[in-house]
Amino acid sequence: MATLEIKNLHARVAEEDGEQILRGVDLEVKSGEIHALMGPNGSGKSTTSKIIAGHPAYEVTDGEILLHLEDDDFGDLDIPDDARTWNLLELEPNERAALGIFLGFQYPAEIEGVTMTNFLRTALNAKIDEREELLFGEDDEEEEEEAGYDTSPMEGNVDDGEVGVAEFQQLLKEKMELLDMDEKFMQRYLNAGFSGGEKKQNEVLQAAILEPSIAVLDEIDSGLDIDRLQDVSKGINALRDEQGTGVLQITHYQRILEYVEPDHVHIMLDGKVVKSGDASLASELEDKGYDWVREEVYEAA
Amino acid sequence: MSSDQDHLKETDTEARFEFKKEQKAAFVAEKGLTEETIRVISEDKDEPEWMLERRLRALKQFQKMPMPTDWPGQPDLSEVNVDEIVPYIRPDVEVRGGVDDWRDLPDDIKDTFDKLGIPEAEKNALSGVGAQYESEVVYQNMQERWEEKGVVFMNMDQAVQEHEDIVKEYFMTKCVPPSDNKFAALHGAIWSGGSFVYVPEDVTVEMPVQAYFRMNSEGMGQFEHTLIVAEKGSEVHYIEGCSAPKYSAFNLHSGGVEVFVGEDAHVQYSTVQNWSKNTYNLNTKRAIVEKGGRMEWISGSMGSKATMLYPASILKGRGASDNHITIAFAGEGQNIDTGAKVYHNAPETKSTIESKSISKDGGRTNYRGLVHIANGAKNSSTAVECDALMFDNESTSDTMPYMEINESTVDVAHEATVGKIGDEDIFYLQSRGLDDDDAKQMIVSGFIEPITEELPIEYAVELNRLVELEMEGSLG
Repeated sequence: MATLEIKNLHARVAEEDGEQILRGVDLEVKSGEIHALMGPNGSGKSTTSKIIAGHPAYEVTDGEILLHLEDDDFGDLDIPDDARTWNLLELEPNERAALGIFLGFQYPAEIEGVTMTNFLRTALNAKIDEREELLFGEDDEEEEEEAGYDTSPMEGNVDDGEVGVAEFQQLLKEKMELLDMDEKFMQRYLNAGFSGGEKKQNEVLQAAILEPSIAVLDEIDSGLDIDRLQDVSKGINALRDEQGTGVLQITHYQRILEYVEPDHVHIMLDGKVVKSGDASLASELEDKGYDWVREEVYEAA
Repeated sequence: MSSDQDHLKETDTEARFEFKKEQKAAFVAEKGLTEETIRVISEDKDEPEWMLERRLRALKQFQKMPMPTDWPGQPDLSEVNVDEIVPYIRPDVEVRGGVDDWRDLPDDIKDTFDKLGIPEAEKNALSGVGAQYESEVVYQNMQERWEEKGVVFMNMDQAVQEHEDIVKEYFMTKCVPPSDNKFAALHGAIWSGGSFVYVPEDVTVEMPVQAYFRMNSEGMGQFEHTLIVAEKGSEVHYIEGCSAPKYSAFNLHSGGVEVFVGEDAHVQYSTVQNWSKNTYNLNTKRAIVEKGGRMEWISGSMGSKATMLYPASILKGRGASDNHITIAFAGEGQNIDTGAKVYHNAPETKSTIESKSISKDGGRTNYRGLVHIANGAKNSSTAVECDALMFDNESTSDTMPYMEINESTVDVAHEATVGKIGDEDIFYLQSRGLDDDDAKQMIVSGFIEPITEELPIEYAVELNRLVELEMEGSLG
């Protein structure tokens, strides 16, 4: 079981006189749990998610983000004792991904000319390679330098990486069925020309393929119609139920929480988590609004 | 892995292009360019008198014409001193005009082309292959079934002897006259080697024919001439590959390409160039397209110190069409100045130009294009799209898409984008597990994908590899 532990996180925009956005965020998400992170615009929710993933636009001024791993986190892989706790702030974004962090973007990038299949298989193999290197310090790149194409070069090199083309296509097909995505997406360019809803489905699909320990989903529900909201919700629940992924879901709306029931709800205000509770907190918030939280926090202070 | 892909197993692309062979030759011309040099070359080739006369006339034009120096943003050509160039090196092979069995070549030359993967490609995906080493073609072969249909694919020197009438009619007369530009004139004076392709009426050559041009010696110039005549209703795909190892002295490549696309004929001309970074690549390529004919230019310009290359199509007959796809990559110290020219000289002609360029580490790419629509070319259309991707703030890219529209009933579309590689795009891919370099590489390979998808798989793979190597900065 993996635990993402955010302690007293302070961060600002990484430029001269950059605005201070986070002022002491504390949050803990474990594998298998679903957390909802709510809060008004500008409270620091998205910034928190980007900093977890390692976005270079922010500078952490205080606090830390730790990832604790346990033996069962990567299947049968034995994790060495000295590689069980990681300070994510010292790692590159791809290294964080390799250790099981996933960020579902509010506005996913559109990458022209790169098919979904090629992208996802490359990512999956890169993740597996990098994980081995981080955990065991192995660098077997030499071995990987084999070539030979059985498929279109756009699908990448058949022999390259742990997961071959055929095996990968099967995996992708299964996950797409689960999300009710059309198979034709496999050959489409990554997010290029996707509708808002398709992009969000695709974020969940990527999480399903990469099997993260902790998935941070930034406003995955925005811009979704009701049918797609249900598909996406089904996908998120499956991440938890079938892969044991811990989910930190950032949302403005109660709506998605009807389909993805959170174990914990947190409310952010002005760069801090000010209130946490169970699912009922979300409903209360829906009724009373953020002003209620603000008043409560001020009163308590 | 299927056997026909085995040749792609060789992955050390860098080593494949960078090796040098000892310089051996049967005949080496003196450095520089004089009337005497031209006479000696022509005599060594045992050419007819008319060809010598054309060469000498071209030489006079070359001497009169000034070096182009005032194009905005053009590459610096001040180092290009033709008197420092060895214009003609005849490789030491027994059979002039090219053997038809690789095993008949001297080991070092055979090994060169093996390393470049040419014999393997021939076995698997090509109708015919010509291979030029230094100034002359050393290997030439075409499948018999095409020969039976009257298709000709031979080296240009031999064509002067064996197809004198056709060559005399088309060679630097109506398409690329030596007076076109200074380097066309130079080419006309000292051209050597290259390909002659003739496709009779209604014959479709199903698999591409390929010519590969390799410069091995230091300080030499390569001036091959390619002449393609595709008769009415015929179809052919010609692929040109080029490379040279790096030396300290500069090399000059100044090829000439003339394509005659007959009525309703279809010619595709694909180039994957990978010159070393001491090579000046200054070419003139042009096609004349008759009624209903179609010309496609696909160019990947990698390497070279400076490239100036603007393949042109003259759409002469009603309904003729053109399609240009070009990609250019400029790294440190490189200025890759490429583009396209299309002359719409008849009604209902159509052109599409798609250009992609990538610049990195202070490199410069220019798109320099011209679309001319003549008065009377009614209902013609053109669409030009130029996209430039820059890796850093030191690199530059300029887009100069000139349009001369002298007819009102036409459809003209132009789009251009110039942008730095997106930080958010890189972060997105990184967050999925790709490291910084792999993320950039993936974005670039996607950026050029519209071009690679047009190429046969072997060349698509090759082009992708070359781009990867360029990005790692590991090619000389």
